[in-house]
Amino acid sequence: MTISLLLFYLFAGVTISAAVGVVISRNPVHAALFLVLAFVSTSGLWVLLHAEFLAMVLIVVYVGAVMVLFLFVVMMLDIKVDPLREGFARYLPIGLLVAGIMLFQMLTLLSAKYFGVSFDPMAKTPANYSNTEEIGLLLFTKYAVPFELASVVLLVAAIAAVVLTLRKREGVKTQDPSAQVLVTKAQRLKIVSMEASVPQPLSIPDAASAAAVDANPGASK
Amino acid sequence: MITLSHYLALGAILFCLSIAGIFINRKNVIILLMCIELMLLSVNINFVAFSKFLGILDGQVFVFFILTVAAAESAIGLAILVVLFRSRRTINVEELDTLRG
Repeated sequence: MTISLLLFYLFAGVTISAAVGVVISRNPVHAALFLVLAFVSTSGLWVLLHAEFLAMVLIVVYVGAVMVLFLFVVMMLDIKVDPLREGFARYLPIGLLVAGIMLFQMLTLLSAKYFGVSFDPMAKTPANYSNTEEIGLLLFTKYAVPFELASVVLLVAAIAAVVLTLRKREGVKTQDPSAQVLVTKAQRLKIVSMEASVPQPLSIPDAASAAAVDANPGASK
Repeated sequence: MITLSHYLALGAILFCLSIAGIFINRKNVIILLMCIELMLLSVNINFVAFSKFLGILDGQVFVFFILTVAAAESAIGLAILVVLFRSRRTINVEELDTLRG
């Protein structure tokens, strides 16, 4: 048993156990975390296959973005788990039956008789082989148009997610940048025409008599 | 020695597990979305294994595109889920029968 076969069994066992955990766990948060485990161990399998770029993409995009999004949504929604578990025991036999039959059929077809061509992932690859470089060359020459279409798909998904979840709430004071930009001078500045008038001077009491009274208080007695 | 059958069997097991998950957890939309992600993962495992076996990298490029589409799908699915929960206060599939299909 070579080391790569040992690693394969390790990663495959962890992946399958994590998938079982996703299916049977009661709490959706636990299910999401099991799914993260499945993705991480699958990326280990892909490293065994010398698909390093995809292994890194799987961790960065799936574990880093998609599963965090899942966890956000699961934790944001206040879900009562118990009503969602009602049919669990009822549908367990039929689910296992269908899955078992499918698995039997697939494994019969995929058995070593037809697909057992052995290949050692470590064998043929030269030391200076760069999986990322090869994929990049292929992606920007042969698959350039699908690559651009994929970016359009992502853009549409981002816009759709925003449009779906956006809601206008009443009574919230928010800025409206488009209205602010479109403001004209006439809406802000008002020119009023009014008569020009000269202000009247203040009326001052008779200064001379008041001074006389102050300077000579005893005179009036 | 690892054979191609090892990887294909792993993909088949993952696919059947997610089928069973869809049957079992048929009321919880979040778990259903997670099972769909698992299915796409098993397909991706097959793609990478065949790509390595045949020595053609096009399979890995396809995995790249599948990852893109799966990310878009889960983003829109979760957005729909949030809107649904906001209006109906539930994510139980049994109660989401407004369309009377």
